[in-house]
Amino acid sequence: MSADLQPVIVGAGPAGIRAAETLVRHGLKPVVIDEAPRWGGQIYRQPPAIFQRTRQTLYGLDAKAAAAVLNTMTTLLPHINYRNDTLVWNAEGGQLDLLHQNQSSTQPYSHLILSTGATDRVLPFPGWTTPGVFTLGGAQVALKYQGCAIGSRVVFVGTGPLLYLIAYQYAKAGAKVVAVLDTATLLDQIAALPDLMVAPRLLARGMYYVAWLRAHGVPLHGGIQPLGAVGDDRVDAMRWRDSRGEHEITCDAIGFGHALRSETQLADILGCRFEFNVLQRAWLPVHDAAGRASVPGVYLAGDGAGIMGAQAAEWAGERAALALLADTDQASAPAQRARANKLEKALGRTQRFRRGLERAFPFPPTWAEQASDSLVVCRCEDVTAGDLRTSAAAMGTTDINRLKALTRVGMGRCQGRMCGVAACEILAQSSGQPLQAVGRLRGQAPVKPIPFAMTCTTSPTKPEAAR
Amino acid sequence: MTEHCACDVAILGGGIVGASAALALRRMGFSVTLLERDLCGSRSSGVNYGGVRRQGRPLTQLPLAQRAHGIWTRLTELIGIDGEYVQSGHLKLARSASDLAALEAYFEHSAGFGMDLQMLDAKALRQRFPWLGERAIGGSLCPQDGHANPRLVSPAFAKAAAAMGADIREQMPVDEVAHDGEHFTLTCSQRLVLRAPYLLNCAGAWAGHIAARFNEAVPMVSSHPVIAVTEPLPMFMTLSLGVEGGGIYARQAPRGNCVIGGSQGYALDDQRARPSREAIALVLERTVELMPELRHAHLIRTWSGTEGYLPDREPVIGLSRTTPGLIHGFGFAGAGFQIGPAVGEVLAELVRDGASTTPIQAFSIARFTTPPQVFSSVPPSATST
Repeated sequence: MSADLQPVIVGAGPAGIRAAETLVRHGLKPVVIDEAPRWGGQIYRQPPAIFQRTRQTLYGLDAKAAAAVLNTMTTLLPHINYRNDTLVWNAEGGQLDLLHQNQSSTQPYSHLILSTGATDRVLPFPGWTTPGVFTLGGAQVALKYQGCAIGSRVVFVGTGPLLYLIAYQYAKAGAKVVAVLDTATLLDQIAALPDLMVAPRLLARGMYYVAWLRAHGVPLHGGIQPLGAVGDDRVDAMRWRDSRGEHEITCDAIGFGHALRSETQLADILGCRFEFNVLQRAWLPVHDAAGRASVPGVYLAGDGAGIMGAQAAEWAGERAALALLADTDQASAPAQRARANKLEKALGRTQRFRRGLERAFPFPPTWAEQASDSLVVCRCEDVTAGDLRTSAAAMGTTDINRLKALTRVGMGRCQGRMCGVAACEILAQSSGQPLQAVGRLRGQAPVKPIPFAMTCTTSPTKPEAAR
Repeated sequence: MTEHCACDVAILGGGIVGASAALALRRMGFSVTLLERDLCGSRSSGVNYGGVRRQGRPLTQLPLAQRAHGIWTRLTELIGIDGEYVQSGHLKLARSASDLAALEAYFEHSAGFGMDLQMLDAKALRQRFPWLGERAIGGSLCPQDGHANPRLVSPAFAKAAAAMGADIREQMPVDEVAHDGEHFTLTCSQRLVLRAPYLLNCAGAWAGHIAARFNEAVPMVSSHPVIAVTEPLPMFMTLSLGVEGGGIYARQAPRGNCVIGGSQGYALDDQRARPSREAIALVLERTVELMPELRHAHLIRTWSGTEGYLPDREPVIGLSRTTPGLIHGFGFAGAGFQIGPAVGEVLAELVRDGASTTPIQAFSIARFTTPPQVFSSVPPSATST
């Protein structure tokens, strides 16, 4: 490996691990930086090492895929520079700024593969900030990482395949799932079948979760509108409306979410060009079929480049690594080109499946209209939908960054990662514009909060010498 | 289709200076069109630290700053919002004997300007502001200085001007400015051609291009102050803080976030700037040094902007030396937010009377240029409407 070639991979989920594997196979020694203490990403998040649960218990039907990814990383460890528990909080001049145990340092790179993953797409509903209300992803992390449930009588609400998967996981783990409330309808799901058929195994798995839940008496309701979490110090009921009227069910925890959103701040800080993706209702960093971003030397893979799921993330990670190898003349033999073509074809099929999922679990089209003025959109800065609408109307605001400047929406600890989706939807609705016209919140350092007690060593570490 | 229009005064730039000039001109009865490349108050005027401070300014600026102080105290009545403006007091700290001597000298020289400065020794500092660290050995307090939220205040000036009948055109970059001896013609691609006998150059860090266009180039450079913000914290900073000899400056917004400025970032391009990692590191370090309690806090957001600096760090305010009807107001060296509204009024007076009631000789563009020919100081007559 030439001394000036220093590939760095951000994120050790399925995409990052497959990218690292591919680079190592071709003789490179990548740096792999990950925020979590152990590899696997959100989907294959591992509990602390001393925990005793089996992968079968942890990952269920995904246990085999999880084991394959996690074991790959185990074999890679001697061949990579693995920086766990490390946040990339900024990028500037060919170096990443890292934070590890209150110590800041810089990491130079010649090539960068961003596999930064996703978070829940949060669409607030009345009472969503009541203690006991979690996102679906948060509910899943509690179970996978700490082996605890968010409550003993749990309601799951929102839409997306994750809704049923988590309900299934909670029920299997012994929690009482008192209701699964889906904003999508059965008709949505039927209409989506032709597209979903392109991935029969994934489709079958989704249907299995639903069937299992039904067989175990878990009430499933479709076409619902969440009316609110009830409770003061702690949630004690969930209210919703459907075609048959209004309902309320007692519970001690609620998990909610509407699919996922990509973590794109690093790509933004690096200057990657973004385009609006109509299907995902989001601005995403542009990339070619191989994962090359608009900035030379930057590659995108996995859910951070647009939601595609764990299996596709593995393919995209490998494909991006092959592109990096070809771009640096490390590997462009016919065998690699054939493999690259195969991966691109598989990723293309995934796009059709994604379209099916968006149709089966559509974004609730009337969410912004139905959001009442008192609904808290930005919990960090305590900004309501009414605050946003009033300010937008008074100042003639059409741009989300201007709305941020005027109302503080997206200015808090999450930097708009959680509230940005909802804020853009409210602005588009109240200013009568299409969603893409309001723009997107600009990414700024730090990507996540950094402590004042942080010590800085700005001297760059030298790239690893040739092996 | 290209729109053609005419007005008494064309204003280039929708920052706090241009917008408050538009407001003052409307109150005098002039017709005004303001052209802003982006959104009003989206650059330095809207992203600065938010200090509303007279203390520490050169004595030359104090009459202007006093006039601005009067405007700030009437802010709500002028622009319809309070803009989170508070007269918290501004405390300037000294970390060395020589810095303290400099503060004492300033205390004496500025005595006639009505700032009511109070010198505080180390013991008084600790007693009144126990959250300060051990580094400060003394300070100077200006009780009626304070801070405000620039993101709210600067756009509100433009909004108030529009409500008074000013024609505010946002996202209207100007491609070409010409002068035929009597009128300026401003061309905005295929969209707008604007004619006016007066042109106010309030284009901030980019105003040098306009000055140069009319043969009075100035040695202005851009710089990029860095601002950082904490998560909301319990209120503890009762005033806005500065440090003699530079370093950081800090305030706490009503929401509880501490806003901390200092150091310099870098330009991404002609229009955008960013904090550098070194600047962020420096801000973190100096903040904890001055306010040790903040070592438990987090920095959640940083940004920078583009500011114009002339070599003497004084602005350019006044009539052009080359072109009748051209009036400059730019180059505030990172300290334009407080005096901006007063500069707006001065520019309006220059249009109406050809002279300002507030002394501005020190800010003449003549200090940089030797004009090829000197025009009569009387600009062409403008008709009040």
